Amino acid sequence: MKWIRKGAAVLIAVLALSFVTFLAFQVLPGDPAMMKLGTNATPEALEALREEMGLNDPMIVRYGRWLGGVLKGDFGESLHYKMPVSELLWQVLPNTLLLAGMSILMILVIAFPLGLLYARFPGSAVDRTGAVVNQTMMAVPAFFLGLVISVVLGLWLKVFMPGAFVSYDEGLGACLAYLIFPALAIAIPKAAMTVRFLRSALLTERSKDYVRTARSKGLTEGKVLMLHMLPNALPGVRTFIGVIVSEIIAGSIVVEQVFGVNGLGRLLVRSISNRDYNVVQAIVLYIGIVVLLVNSSAETE
Amino acid sequence: MKKFFACFLLLVSAMTALCACKGGTKDPEDELKGGAVVIGITQDLDSLDPHKAVAAGTREVLYNIFEGLVKPDKDGKLVPAVAESYEISADGKTYTFVLRDGVKFHNGETVTADDVVYSLNRCAGRLENPDPEVQVVAAFSVISDITASKNGDKDVVTVTLASPNTELIGYFTCNIVPKNYADQAKSPVGTGPFKFVSYKPMDSLVMERFEDYHGEKAHLAKVTFSISESADAAFLKLQAGNIDIFPYLTVDQAEQLKDQFNIEVGSMSLVQGLFLNNARKPFDDIRVRQAVNYAVDKAEVLQMLNGGYGTAIGSGVYSTFGLYYDGGLANLYAHDEAKAKELLAAAGYADGFTFTVKVPSNYTYHVQTAEVLANQLKKVGITMKIELIEWASWLSDVYKGHDCDATIIGLDSQLAPSDILKYYVGGSTKNFINYTSDEFDRIYKEAQATVDTNAKVELYHQLQACLANDAASVFLQSPSLMVAVNKKLAGYTFYPVYVQDMASVYFKD
Repeated sequence: MKWIRKGAAVLIAVLALSFVTFLAFQVLPGDPAMMKLGTNATPEALEALREEMGLNDPMIVRYGRWLGGVLKGDFGESLHYKMPVSELLWQVLPNTLLLAGMSILMILVIAFPLGLLYARFPGSAVDRTGAVVNQTMMAVPAFFLGLVISVVLGLWLKVFMPGAFVSYDEGLGACLAYLIFPALAIAIPKAAMTVRFLRSALLTERSKDYVRTARSKGLTEGKVLMLHMLPNALPGVRTFIGVIVSEIIAGSIVVEQVFGVNGLGRLLVRSISNRDYNVVQAIVLYIGIVVLLVNSSAETE
Repeated sequence: MKKFFACFLLLVSAMTALCACKGGTKDPEDELKGGAVVIGITQDLDSLDPHKAVAAGTREVLYNIFEGLVKPDKDGKLVPAVAESYEISADGKTYTFVLRDGVKFHNGETVTADDVVYSLNRCAGRLENPDPEVQVVAAFSVISDITASKNGDKDVVTVTLASPNTELIGYFTCNIVPKNYADQAKSPVGTGPFKFVSYKPMDSLVMERFEDYHGEKAHLAKVTFSISESADAAFLKLQAGNIDIFPYLTVDQAEQLKDQFNIEVGSMSLVQGLFLNNARKPFDDIRVRQAVNYAVDKAEVLQMLNGGYGTAIGSGVYSTFGLYYDGGLANLYAHDEAKAKELLAAAGYADGFTFTVKVPSNYTYHVQTAEVLANQLKKVGITMKIELIEWASWLSDVYKGHDCDATIIGLDSQLAPSDILKYYVGGSTKNFINYTSDEFDRIYKEAQATVDTNAKVELYHQLQACLANDAASVFLQSPSLMVAVNKKLAGYTFYPVYVQDMASVYFKD
């Protein structure tokens, strides 16, 4: 029953979201026919193209037509690239998912050891230095970190070539190797947040009764931390990570631009400036669904 | 905890391993066959069908794949391409093209007179069911008939006009495509020195040498146009050695790259201007427009934006237009702040005024120009507010809606002087500055119909004088084009139209 209610809530939210996006394009200046024909457009040619693109119908009719298509799994055709939206998405979506997957992996791998380490020795020199580094990393925006990584690792140390992105279908190895760097840019600030959250969640547990009991049984501090405190702190951490995951899946847009990753974010930005409604709609819908699903499944029961 | 650290180490080592096996972009085999070159562009292509492509950034790429009956050479002359020769009748009403024998399309088929007639009809919007996306060449509206015939064993295509126009030849660069080929936008087929291989939106377009090309074959075996999101991203790729040629450097970038690359300097073949809405206050007063002209210091603009390169202009034709360009007008409004203030006072704006300039934000160059100009205008009491707008908004509001006080943009052109001056014809939808002059309209008509070259040049000079004397806008400059070229390459050539000719580029040994 609860799942049905959750599902219905997600559905309504997605519908509302798609409608709002549709509305947003009504108030934006510029139209796709104009973008396509540019400075040589004659009024007659514009009119003919608008008719062909189906832009002359009332907004509600167009929305209904679009929604009907989506329910049948048809996202329509890109007004700009003249290819099915789904085909366009499939060209870039795997790149974005790989980037997201790698970032999440990095966050986990960086955050857990550090969080546990700081919680094990609270107030120690390690913890205090860690807190400063952590605070700094949290404050750095991902795109700025991206630029720093491009310049330092790319241009100075020549570990990778900025901009030499290889799409997944042209070589998975090279694609993954390149994605390490944008993934780092995404992962570092988020990992810093996770470290802090994990540390404080563990420290809250520290003063609880069961911890004292465990210690009095003669368990080492390390075992108390790993076997007793961590499992109890996890539900809260899980929710927190859920939020981060949805942020990453939805929000690697800026980092994709910095590193020239041919992903969903770049397609979204391009399509907005092309006024390519069909593509934007599909991407917004995808992001909306992912965010809602991840968030609702990460909610503590 | 040990487990976590083990995991971490494992991941780090996996990453290092992945880094090590990163693939290079160049195939050694290509090097042997003439080489592979990557050229950076910053605009995605708007269509692969040459008759649908609008953006100058697309046409410069497709130039390598397609040709017209004639094509421009580096001096701005039209040379026969798919046609072997052409003739314009003395009355300016009949164009006769003799087709070259055995020109092949990239799909292996031979170009026929039918294909040529089809292509011209398509560009002229004369097909029975015209595709609304095809860019109809407005100048072709004077065509009354296009026919194919035989002269001995030669195919001949004759174009008849309803009224004389000797400049139409510049528009026969209209690309020749196979008749009724439906997949042009996905897998383009032309007759140019390179044939299309693949295209990935927002990523790249790859072409390779066409071995059956009728003219001098290209040197390079493979050319990749790599699409970057911005000039900054492309600049990173350049520094990393991922791009061999990049055509739109800023002065600062050129300075930084000069050890790593050859920097070639040419002209962008654009009229860059601060275009003033002649129908809107205060620019409806010629004295105000003249004052703005006097207030602008073009030499400083050239210095700040191009490091001194580029050519200051004084009217609506760019400096690489050959005979038709009138260079004498550039100094009509020599920088003079006192005079500007005088004119402003006479027009009733002794205390200056405020206006907004709309600048398309995707063109960094124009945005920087706006900043320089705002500073200059401030000195005579004029406050120019800069409003950055998206390209889509520029097209719909400024270009189509004529809704702005002023804008900064670069205008490009076909190789016909009537094309670069079409923006100032009264009543035209393209007249986005709302310039009105009966004299201009009359001479414009007369010039198009004039057959004698000298008389024609004279009339086009008069048109430029009209625009300059009326201070229709502030015509700034033909910007310089700074291109970074890999030091191993030679043969990069500038054209007076907006193209990137890759057929002339080769590797020095």
